[in-house]
Amino acid sequence: MKSEHVKDAQETKYMNPYLAGFLLGMVLLATIFMTGRGLGASGALKSGVVAAVQAVAPGHAASSEFYSEYAAQHPEGPLKNWLVFEAVGVIIGAFLSGLISDRLAFRFDKGPSATNRMRVWGALAGGVLWGIGAQLGRGCTSGAALSGMAVMSTGGIITMIFIFAGAYGFAYFVRKLWI
Amino acid sequence: MGPLVPDIISNNLNYLVALGVGLLFGMVLEQAGFSSTRKLVGLFYGYDFTVLRVFFTAGVTAMLGVIGLEHFGLLDMSLVYINPTFLWAAIVGGLIMGLGFVVGGFCPGTSICAAAIGKLDAMVFIGGAFLGVFIFAEGYPLFVKLYMAAPWGSPQVFDSLRISQSLFAFLLVLAALGAFWAVSIIENRVNGVKRPAVRFTPYYAGLGAAGLVLAAAALLMPSRKASLLEASEAPGAAQAYKADAMTPDEFALRLMDGGDKMRIVDFRPEEARAKMPLPGSVPFTAGGLFEKQAARTLLTRGLTYVFAAEDEQTERRMAFIADRLGFRDIRILEGGLKAFRDRILDFKPAAGASAFERDNAYRFREEAKRIVPGLLKAAPAEPAVKKAKRILGGC
Repeated sequence: MKSEHVKDAQETKYMNPYLAGFLLGMVLLATIFMTGRGLGASGALKSGVVAAVQAVAPGHAASSEFYSEYAAQHPEGPLKNWLVFEAVGVIIGAFLSGLISDRLAFRFDKGPSATNRMRVWGALAGGVLWGIGAQLGRGCTSGAALSGMAVMSTGGIITMIFIFAGAYGFAYFVRKLWI
Repeated sequence: MGPLVPDIISNNLNYLVALGVGLLFGMVLEQAGFSSTRKLVGLFYGYDFTVLRVFFTAGVTAMLGVIGLEHFGLLDMSLVYINPTFLWAAIVGGLIMGLGFVVGGFCPGTSICAAAIGKLDAMVFIGGAFLGVFIFAEGYPLFVKLYMAAPWGSPQVFDSLRISQSLFAFLLVLAALGAFWAVSIIENRVNGVKRPAVRFTPYYAGLGAAGLVLAAAALLMPSRKASLLEASEAPGAAQAYKADAMTPDEFALRLMDGGDKMRIVDFRPEEARAKMPLPGSVPFTAGGLFEKQAARTLLTRGLTYVFAAEDEQTERRMAFIADRLGFRDIRILEGGLKAFRDRILDFKPAAGASAFERDNAYRFREEAKRIVPGLLKAAPAEPAVKKAKRILGGC
């Protein structure tokens, strides 16, 4: 694990947030113009889960409502999905960016007063909550909030408001994890 | 023109596009610092608002881009995926995700970025997210009632708020500028920075000016559809429009000729079309003029397009809009289909008609009255029109 001051030095190399936001907006706009849809992330997780369940328990996948509905919507298989290709792109892009800015390292980020055990359980629980929440809310920060804002979707903007409202509302109770 | 899928970019090439935009998406997120969990949650404890700045700037940029492309007729919004609204699922799902944000320190997109550069906590998070989707899938019968409750369709937020698109976009840009200003003050206070958050330097002046230009742009680029529909409904606009009118006699003659050189664009509602079908006609709506469908239907060379409706006023309005959208060779049926019925189908010679009228116009109309009803009966009630389908997106 690297020391704090090395980490601070690395953080100064991040892009100006307004420039990054503008570039992100242009990527999203180009996506909408070319494909008629926005960006996403949680949809790729869903494809992965459906593919895994179909492989491990095909009988269950065929009888359960959730998996069979998904299979009907994706006749070419769960992994031949736009969002899966996009997620692979995200992995490559983020890796290249980390490579360019010298940020590639196996490390473990946590708040200054949190223990490793707290962080592991927190990350796991947070992931589970996102998995459930993003299915229920039909998208996450990318697919519902950001892309929803770009096309001014009522549902996307409601989801966005409640993601941030929820985060601010619950932040106080888990402050030990971060400050 | 847009979206380019599926006419210009094939569905298979689209997967390559997905890979490409994903790559740029991941790169920008990582460069912005979204691979650092402490930077992400800083937003909720006030010590680092990078996420809000990047997120809000991106949302506003893309939104204004979408508005601009629609305004200049480059993007058919009827084909773009608008996230559907299911009120309670959006609220409850949003709150669960909010809790997940402060507990887990990531959202799904940022966790993928962080894992890609080796963050172990992000890999744990992704494992948890898979588990979460699995729990939802297995518990779907329990969630489905909430998941499907209050389906509002796919409204856009300015319609839900009953304000114009321009006003909404303008207010959102102002809200973003206000938020950027406010969070800079909060950030400095939390971090104990003494100097003022926003100073009058070229950097901040430039940012502010760019923001105000964008806000003004929102007002200068009204929705093309909304503004043209409104302009066509303004009193006198349709009447003042110099439409090239076709007399009912010519209309009947062209029908009797087989109608090869003429395409009737039928703006009547479905019941009226079923009652009196017109041979070789294409059913159309005012909204259809703004969609890709219009270019497919109205841009064949050598054809005369006749806009038909029950009354001439509707035909004039539609021709006015079509003209503004750049479609040429549009004619309207004089007096609408009402006049066509009165003068041709229900033709009755006037008592005081001159010999000239009887020999010319009347002889034609009597013949038309005999032939045209047969043509109308033989017409298929609903000619097939290929309407492009909205793209299915979302997570």
